[in-house]
Amino acid sequence: MVQEHLPLIGPRDPRVFQLLFLGSLLAAGLAWRGLCVTPAQIALTFAAALLTQALFLRALGLGDVGYQSALISALSVSLLLRSDTLWVHPLSAAVAMAGKFLLRARGKHLFNPANLGVVFGLLATGHAWCSPAQWGHDVMLAAWIVLLGATVVRRAERSDVSWAFLAFYAALAFLRVAYLGQRPAVFWHQFENGSLLLFSFFMISDPRTIPDSRAGRVALAALAALLAFGWQFAFYRQNGLFYALFLLTPLTALFDAWKPAPRHAWDRSAPLPAAAR
Amino acid sequence: MTRTSLALVSILALLPRPAAAFCGFYVGEADAKLFNKASQVVLVRDGDRTAISMANDYRGELTKFALVVPVPVVLKRDQIAVGDRALFDHLDAYSAPRLVEYSDENPCEPRPVYPMAAVASVRGGMMEDKKGESAEKALGVKIEAKYTVGEYDILILSATQSDGLETWLRQNGYHIPAGASAALAPYIKQKLKFFVAKVNLKEQLKTGSANLRPIQFAYEDARYMLPIRLGMINADGPQDLIVYALTRKGRVETANYRNIKLPSDAEVPEYVAKVFPDFYKAMFAKSVADADRTAVFTEYSWDMGWCDPCAAQPLSNDELRKLGVWWLDEGQNPSGGRWGGGGVPVRVTRLHVRYDAEHFPEDLVFQQTADTANFQGRFVMRHPWRGAMSCAGADDYRRTTRERQSREAETLAKLTGWDLKDVRSKIDWIGGSSEDGDKTWYKNIFH
Repeated sequence: MVQEHLPLIGPRDPRVFQLLFLGSLLAAGLAWRGLCVTPAQIALTFAAALLTQALFLRALGLGDVGYQSALISALSVSLLLRSDTLWVHPLSAAVAMAGKFLLRARGKHLFNPANLGVVFGLLATGHAWCSPAQWGHDVMLAAWIVLLGATVVRRAERSDVSWAFLAFYAALAFLRVAYLGQRPAVFWHQFENGSLLLFSFFMISDPRTIPDSRAGRVALAALAALLAFGWQFAFYRQNGLFYALFLLTPLTALFDAWKPAPRHAWDRSAPLPAAAR
Repeated sequence: MTRTSLALVSILALLPRPAAAFCGFYVGEADAKLFNKASQVVLVRDGDRTAISMANDYRGELTKFALVVPVPVVLKRDQIAVGDRALFDHLDAYSAPRLVEYSDENPCEPRPVYPMAAVASVRGGMMEDKKGESAEKALGVKIEAKYTVGEYDILILSATQSDGLETWLRQNGYHIPAGASAALAPYIKQKLKFFVAKVNLKEQLKTGSANLRPIQFAYEDARYMLPIRLGMINADGPQDLIVYALTRKGRVETANYRNIKLPSDAEVPEYVAKVFPDFYKAMFAKSVADADRTAVFTEYSWDMGWCDPCAAQPLSNDELRKLGVWWLDEGQNPSGGRWGGGGVPVRVTRLHVRYDAEHFPEDLVFQQTADTANFQGRFVMRHPWRGAMSCAGADDYRRTTRERQSREAETLAKLTGWDLKDVRSKIDWIGGSSEDGDKTWYKNIFH
């Protein structure tokens, strides 16, 4: 079982790959897309995420379990949230990391940290928004290719949830375009969306917040796709992906009760203390 | 959440945001109808309420004028009005990209600097419409309502089949281009109604004006969008659309296309003042091309209470009300106080999009962001001191100024795609022509 999931290339901990990808995307956005996030905002986001992680690790006596998750959350918050202030990013990142330690059930997180941070920013600060279409055709195309390719090559253990979500979401988008009699270009245009990409591969795939069983994960993916799609195209609201996941991940315990399965570990050669997972 | 990061946060929150101060006044503008296939729309939105005003510069035969706009609900008579074209012009002038002008002081008589500023601005353009005429009957089309408002005869149609609607419109004298049904179909499937207007000649005569007034309508619906796909059917090239999005607080952007801010604050050569409309056209075309023709440009986003520098004075509350801003009288902001605390609870975002069928497959979907930072498309030119100079610093000033002029030339060429040599030949170089300057390059190097 363990052997089956070893990546063909790259480091054993998939989060190293995630960090590289998100970091490159942020760099590309800043260099070529005039991404509306300032160096100060990014620096504060990282500082807040790392500090929060460190404080909780110390307070809970968890020792050195690493900072990958803080870095990934900081990158995600920097990539997804926009604000006209300096405080929204670090506050959202701090909430994201704190949620990981404080909002738990049966050893799992209730919310994906970045998801919690983004939803908190959007709903609670009054100074945040997301600009999902900011990436443009070329950057998005390249990013999709890299990510889809990487998940195939790396045989990531929980990538089934990403594929399932994308399949459901694409099916709904395709059916809508076909029903309305729109051109296929409309369908493709709807995937030039940075939020959709980051959501599929870095949020919904977080093993700490989704069901342990494949059946549970696919069911969650289907529900998330339906909710996010309806939010956008039936209720005409933005950021449906984030709200959908925010509403669904707390239900993971129900999926696990329905179909129990072994718990995930980031690196099976070095198990973490239970409380740090 | 940690105490430390919260403390950090609250300190940052107290830091004032940098204010872009500008000492200047407005002297002129280019009254140019630059974009001859441009529509202008004022899109007022708060919550789920929308008020739209659409201006047109239709110059053809009035009997052939027709407008077909998908709308989410059957509009009642008092949801529709005709507006005032002058308000569009005012809004246009207020939000247009601008050129500000500074003059260098005599470097030999250092004094406190009070930059004199002049402004030129450019303005949006005209609207293209569809054509039409009389009436009859076809399958699946229902006339939901029928009004005469101002000089317009207005129908609100619902339809069940796009072919039926196309046939109906054609039979009724609307000059609908071939293939319209394919573009109409998605709107019918989304249960949208069709707002169809043509000119009532009798009423038009009464207005005593050759120009058609803007059409306005208001409704409540979650959709925050502008249908642009219908307008592409009979377009023979890209069209320009300028959207003045009025909101209570935040900047507006498109949620399904890339948003780019217009290049701003670049320093350009002096002669740009004379060709500012051409400069703007070229610069916009270059920006569009650089963004692969798929972006929407933010040209202005400002609190309606003020401007700095002002290309035109902000709109008065009365003007805003006429454009459909309904929340001005909601108990706050006791009269006046425009420049004082609080200001007006209206932000205008000016979005400029050049669209065509290939690069804009979907209608524009908007979102109001929380962004309250002010932005304007602003270009700067600086006049060198050309009077007598007699001091040790004079040579230094000439040299640095020539360098500056050189940089400005490069900036201009880069922004517009104009030929750098050509640009340089038009510059009034301080200390003589470009060539003279080059010949005396050695003058300053050993000092």
